[in-house]
Amino acid sequence: MNNPMRVILSVALIASLAACSKKVKEEAPTPTPEPTKVETPVAVDDGKYDASDLDSDACLRQRVVYFDFDKAEIRGEAQAILACHGKYLVDRPSAAMTLEGHADERGSREYNLGLGERRGNAVSSALQANGGSASQLNVVSYGEERPNCSDSSEECWGKNRRVEIVYTAK
Amino acid sequence: MKKLPWIFVLFGLLAAPLGWSQSLTVGAVTGNEAALPIAVVPFAFEGAGLPPDTDISAVIGADLSRSGQFRALGRQDIVEAPARPADVKFATWRLLKQDFLVIGRISDADAGALRIEFELFDVAKQSRLLGLAIGARPNDLRGAAHQIADLIYEKILGVRGAFWTRIAYVTATGVGRDTQYALMVADSDGFNPQTVVRSREPLLSPAWSPDGKRLAYVSFERGNSSIYIQELTTGSRQVVASYRGINGAPAFSPDGSRLALTLSHSGNPEIYVMDIASRRTTQITRHFSIDTEPQWMPDGATLLFTSDRAGKPQIYSVPASGGDATRVSFQGEYNARATIGYQGKTLAMAQGGGNVYRIAVLDRSRGGAGDMRLISPGNLDESPSFAPNGSMILYAAREGKRGVLFAVSADGRVRQRLVLADGDVREPAWGPFRQR
Repeated sequence: MNNPMRVILSVALIASLAACSKKVKEEAPTPTPEPTKVETPVAVDDGKYDASDLDSDACLRQRVVYFDFDKAEIRGEAQAILACHGKYLVDRPSAAMTLEGHADERGSREYNLGLGERRGNAVSSALQANGGSASQLNVVSYGEERPNCSDSSEECWGKNRRVEIVYTAK
Repeated sequence: MKKLPWIFVLFGLLAAPLGWSQSLTVGAVTGNEAALPIAVVPFAFEGAGLPPDTDISAVIGADLSRSGQFRALGRQDIVEAPARPADVKFATWRLLKQDFLVIGRISDADAGALRIEFELFDVAKQSRLLGLAIGARPNDLRGAAHQIADLIYEKILGVRGAFWTRIAYVTATGVGRDTQYALMVADSDGFNPQTVVRSREPLLSPAWSPDGKRLAYVSFERGNSSIYIQELTTGSRQVVASYRGINGAPAFSPDGSRLALTLSHSGNPEIYVMDIASRRTTQITRHFSIDTEPQWMPDGATLLFTSDRAGKPQIYSVPASGGDATRVSFQGEYNARATIGYQGKTLAMAQGGGNVYRIAVLDRSRGGAGDMRLISPGNLDESPSFAPNGSMILYAAREGKRGVLFAVSADGRVRQRLVLADGDVREPAWGPFRQR
C-alpha cells in the first residue's frame, strides 16, 4: 500500500524537481563577483557550488522548509530550495547536513516527534531526488520542543511547522 | 537526589519575593455541590516544644476537597475545636450541615518523632468510623497528613486514597536556545518540588516505575532523543535507548521488568517492548504510520498506543507480545496520549477538533465503544495522567504563553490549577501508590 505510493510520489518529485534544478544550474554560475577567491587560484567557474556559496547564494541561504498542519508533503514553494541544496550535495560530496524536523504545539508531544521526523524524512527524500546521497543526510526530530515562535496563533504555528537545514560539513 | 535540594533552595530565595510559597498550588477553580461535607478540625498540639509549621488539618481538608468527592468546611466556620472524642458536640456539626467530622492531636514520640492520633466521625449517626495513630518525622508532617487523608477517603468511599503519592513533571524556563529544562518530582498537591535532572536540551515524557523508585524519560542532551532510566534516591541513571531516529514515549510494564517505547530506526515510529535487564527489544507494531505513546493495560498483556494509520491519530490496542491492532477511540477527529484509569475500564486522552484540544474520558465499563466525555475546558489541554486510584487526572494546559498543570476529578466536576511562579510546566505523570 505504502511502497507503491512512495515510489509514485518520488517519481513525481524527481520529475518535477528535474526542471527546477536545471533552472538553478543556469543561474548558479553568476552568483556575485568573486574578488576574494584567494583559496582557489584556479578560479575556473565550472558551474559547481563551493563552500562560500552557502553564505552568498540567495537560494542556498534559505534553510527552512515549511509545512501544512499535520502534513509532511512538500509545498511547491520549497522545490527551488530543495533543488539548490540537492545540487550543493552533489557538487560537494564531502558536505553533510542535519535536517531538524519540527511541529507546532497542537497535539501530543510524542506524536509531534513522529510528525517532525516524517517532515525531516520528506525533505531528505526530496534532497536525494535532487542528487544528494543518504550518507550526507541525517534527520533529527525535535517535535514541538523547539518552537521558533511561542504564540498560540495560526501565524506562529505556521512558522513552527518546519524543517531546518543545518550544514554539519560544508 | 544529586545534591539538588540546594539548587531548589536558591531558586526559592530568588522567587520568594514574588509570592512564591514553596509549592505549585493555587486555589480551587471550580466546586461541586454534590460533594460530601466534612469538617477537619485543627489538630491540637500537645508536645513539649513549639507547634510544627505544617497545618495538618488544612492539608487533609485541601486533599479531600481537591478530589471532588468532599467539601471541607472553611476554617472560619469551624466554631469549636474538640481535641478528643469526649469533647465532640455532634449538635454543633449537625447544625453546620456536616456529614463527617475529623479531630486529632499531635504529641511527642521517641527520638524527636511525633505521634498523630485522629478520629473520624459520622455526624448523623454520632459514631466513630476510624480511630488511628501514626508516627511521623517533624519534617514530613505533610506526608503524614496525606496518609491520614487517604485513610479517611478509603473509609468513607471504599476506594484507596491517592493523596500520599508523587507527581513528576517538566519545567522550562527562559526563551529560545537559552531555555533550561528540569524534570521535577513533587507531592501530589504540588508541594515539596525536587529536581530530578536539569538540561539545556528538551526533556519530556517522564514515566514512573511501578515501585515509584525510578523514572524513565526522554532527553535530547545527546543531540537526538534518548531514553534514560534514573533512580530517584541516588540520582544514578542509564541510557537504555539511543538508536538512530526517535527514542521516545517510555512506559514501564505493571511488573516493572519491561519498558514499552517508540523507536524509529526502522524508518518510521513503531512500538517496541524492551526487557530492561537484557535491553533486548521486540518490535510490536509494523505499520508505515506513526505508532507511539504505548501504555500498559493493568494485566501487562495489552498495550494501548496512538497511531495515525487511519489518517488522523487515534487510540489502538495491541497484544504486548505483538499481533493485530484494534481501534479503541471512535469519537473525535484527533485522539492521542492515552492514560489508563484504575483497572483499565476508564481511559483518558487528549482529544482535538479544529484548533481546540481537550481531555476526554472514555468509560468502557458498559462495553461497546464506550462513552466519551470531555472533562477540561481549555484550548490546548494535553498529557492526561490518571491518579493510581483513578479518581483524578492531571493534565497540562496553556494560559497565555505559559504551560500550567491542572488536577481534575475524573468526573470533571472539580478542577484545581497547579502552577510554578516561574516558567512553563508540562508533561505531568502521576506516580504509583506508595508503600506505608
